[in-house]
Amino acid sequence: MFDLVLFLPLLGFLALLALPETISRKAALAISVVIFLLSLGLIGPVTANPGEYNFVTNATWIDYPPIHYHVGIDGLSLWLVVLTTLLTPIAILVSWKYIDQRVKMFYAFLLLLEFGVIGVFASLDLFLFYVFWEVSLVPMYFLIGIWGHERRIYAAVKFFLYTMAGSVLMLAAIVYLYNLTGSFDYTAILEQLQSGRAVLTAQAQTLLFLAFFFSFAVKVPLFPLHTWLPDAHVEAPTAGSIMLASVMLKMGTYGLVRFCLPLFPEAAHKHAPWIAGLAVVGIVYGALVALVQPNMKKLVAYSSVSHLGFVVLGVFSFTQAGLDGAVYQMLNHGISTGALFMLVGFLYERRHSLEISAYGGVATPAPQLAIIFLITTLASIGLPMLNNFVGEFLVLQGAAQANFAWVVFAAIGVILSACYMLWLYQRTFYGRASHELSHHMPDLNTREWIAALPLLILMVWMGTYTQSFMPPISAQNARILEHVNKGGTALAKTPMKAPAVKEVADAR
Amino acid sequence: MPVNLPTSVEYFRFLPEIILTIAGVVIMLLEAVLDEDRKSIFGPFSLVALALSLGAAIAASSDPGTAFSNMLIIDGFGSFFRVLVTVVGILAVFSSMEYLAREKANGGEYYALILFSIVGQCIMVTANELIMVFVGLEVSSIASYVLAGYLRDDKRNNESALKYFLLGSFATAFLLYGVSWIYGITGSTNLQLIRQSLEGAGAPAVAVTGAAAALMFVGLGFKISAAPFQIWAPDVYQGAPAPVSAFLSVGPKAAAFAILARVFMTAFGSISARWEPVFWTCALATMIIGNFAAIQQTNIKRMLAYSSIAHAGYVLVAITANSGIGSAAVMFYMAAYALTNIGAFAVVTHVARKGEKYVEIEDFAGLGQRMPGLAAMLTIFLLSLIGVPLTGGFFGKFYIFKAALDSHLTWLTVLGLLNSAVAAYYYLRILVVMYFKEPGESTADLQPAGATLSIAVYACALGTLILGIMPGWVLDLANKAALK
Repeated sequence: MFDLVLFLPLLGFLALLALPETISRKAALAISVVIFLLSLGLIGPVTANPGEYNFVTNATWIDYPPIHYHVGIDGLSLWLVVLTTLLTPIAILVSWKYIDQRVKMFYAFLLLLEFGVIGVFASLDLFLFYVFWEVSLVPMYFLIGIWGHERRIYAAVKFFLYTMAGSVLMLAAIVYLYNLTGSFDYTAILEQLQSGRAVLTAQAQTLLFLAFFFSFAVKVPLFPLHTWLPDAHVEAPTAGSIMLASVMLKMGTYGLVRFCLPLFPEAAHKHAPWIAGLAVVGIVYGALVALVQPNMKKLVAYSSVSHLGFVVLGVFSFTQAGLDGAVYQMLNHGISTGALFMLVGFLYERRHSLEISAYGGVATPAPQLAIIFLITTLASIGLPMLNNFVGEFLVLQGAAQANFAWVVFAAIGVILSACYMLWLYQRTFYGRASHELSHHMPDLNTREWIAALPLLILMVWMGTYTQSFMPPISAQNARILEHVNKGGTALAKTPMKAPAVKEVADAR
Repeated sequence: MPVNLPTSVEYFRFLPEIILTIAGVVIMLLEAVLDEDRKSIFGPFSLVALALSLGAAIAASSDPGTAFSNMLIIDGFGSFFRVLVTVVGILAVFSSMEYLAREKANGGEYYALILFSIVGQCIMVTANELIMVFVGLEVSSIASYVLAGYLRDDKRNNESALKYFLLGSFATAFLLYGVSWIYGITGSTNLQLIRQSLEGAGAPAVAVTGAAAALMFVGLGFKISAAPFQIWAPDVYQGAPAPVSAFLSVGPKAAAFAILARVFMTAFGSISARWEPVFWTCALATMIIGNFAAIQQTNIKRMLAYSSIAHAGYVLVAITANSGIGSAAVMFYMAAYALTNIGAFAVVTHVARKGEKYVEIEDFAGLGQRMPGLAAMLTIFLLSLIGVPLTGGFFGKFYIFKAALDSHLTWLTVLGLLNSAVAAYYYLRILVVMYFKEPGESTADLQPAGATLSIAVYACALGTLILGIMPGWVLDLANKAALK
């Protein structure tokens, strides 16, 4: 079943190449919707058994060295997979009118991207993981480079090279682990390391941790490795920005939780202080830079740097609340920032400008657009009852248990996010609309509503009824933390035992 | 001493070379008597000869052993490379036929030279003693020098051939000098005997053997374009006809790598502590020089020349590893690289058109829109050269660096991997031009590629993907045929 979800995008990619150009967007939409519906079938079984890998397929790909096609879904990867399958049809809908050149290739690359990203979230073989990691790079490179804005070439090449430079070190680390354990299988390597049958010296662990960490940190992106992100976002077409922000950045944070922490717990603990420090710097820095951006997309891009800082902070707090919040925040950021990029894309399609100064008073000609934008803005700021609040709250709670100083600075980021987002909203939607602007600003059409509605529903749903999403995440995080905090000196002064979900409910 | 006449088994083991030699000679004879308009049969004729020779090489691989008083050794390693250079020959002929017709230079000598060059390479890769190495190298090289200057009215061809010839013969002299030193020290040219006399008590002074090995490395290092002997490669590859550049950058190179690995891993195994640091340095220097020089290039042939230098550096990493898996990695990498590079040059050949007018990178502008199929194939080749997963180039790099880590060459691995990230930059530039730029006049009147060239391109792309998605089969062969 899961294999179908994984390989349908690849089949779709090949099918689109073969099909005539005229029906490619309809075919792409149909395929991606089918994939989404199929992926909903994953939820039941995985939620019932979130601590284990479900839908496992383990087949030999290459005999020697033993590389396996080994995939599986647990509580950590479940929602990220579903998020990917949800956002792909949305990205297709958003591009419906906007993409008018080389249409076939565009949608084909979107499906190939979906294939790569789902593969990253499900791989249980380190080699396979690396393969998907790199494969997802290629379609995004083309999406930015062909259909992007003026400086698209610079942005596409920068995006590719940054990720590539980061990931080659991960490849070296993967091979090193293989030479140590004789396996590429993640579960087997983890088992050997945890049981002490394979022993890493402190120095080796540090180097391996840094090799993995560096390649993930580039992708997250963690300050100061973030400079590719604003370029890539600003130049990418709307669908590219959505997929990049919502899904591809999560590959980095997912890698941190899935691989960096469990494989190298001592090194993770040892290096947590400066990593968390960089995360906090990123939170504040991203927010400050977002504050002064004249370009909407750049503003949202820097807000991503800030938001992803929260995720990294949560991960390296080594607390249940922090990790739960981090994973939840990955999903939240995917939804709210995805929605923001979509809405900015709607504005751009109407006015053909990303400069905030080109707008003003949009609420008058396009009230529906204004309302959706407002809800998304509020979600992004972290208003209670909307999704980001839950994630940020948990992250701050977890970080407070680890080191209160971090929270003091990170909280500044929350305040600043309100400043830059509300200011953006005010400058764009309030005031008197010029005659020319009103003329070019029709309100949302049905297609745009269909694209936006699922995200709006999720913002409210994830903000009010956490219970639908959190249990599988918590269960898997508890398993990870149990191991990670066992050997190392936990930074948490009072390690938490109970899943944090209940506390959120209480807090509310 | 009784005269040992070769047995039929030994002839059978030498059959591929015999077939190719006869075919080459027949072509030369027919060239003199055939009418001008019937000379187009030489292409198909040499393809048949190559196919027969490929069959013979595969058949011979099932019965490994030596031939001609231990002068040749048809082991797994030799057979693998013999099959590889023959396949390279087939692909080179496929990508040349259209080119020669276009340049109105459809002479038989072109094909005869290719066949002779492959004969030389086959002898090199199966040589079990240094005289055969030298004979094979000379046969292969002399044919290559002539091929580089094949269009004799073209100034660039002449420059290319002359440079190749002068520097090449200079390098071969070093090799020969090294061979004679070895003979003087050990009293033998047989690789196994050399190894034995270099091992244990009574071995000659390491300084002397080291000097002899160094002389041989200079000669072979030139052929594989390892730094600091790489200067010739860009000029030669840029000046030679594009299909010839494709052939030169893989065929002779694969053979030279095979013989380098065989000589240093077997004959000089006992002084490996001496040559490994030298190889380490050369490998790193070759990768760095190749990659950083390639970044600057605007001519695609010259860029591919520097890229082939960089790739020689990666293969040297595998030889530095000096292990069984290292030699398996050399085999796999050369196979993947051969398919990828011939494919890339075949596309270049087509886009260049008559007189090789369009060989600047900018001339590929808009190829993605004008020729989606051809551009997609070139994309596969470039991704393979970058080392993106699901292509042969990725697995090749992976095995090389795995072999290096096995041999504890951690820093060389890290520096090599970072190098491959640098390399991504200049390959991406071609992708950028192909897909992200509007079509210019260079692609405006580009016609679809003919059948033979398409066969070469698509076969190479298919092979690249197969090596990337199902590498198990070739890797099995390589592991079984590993030298140690």
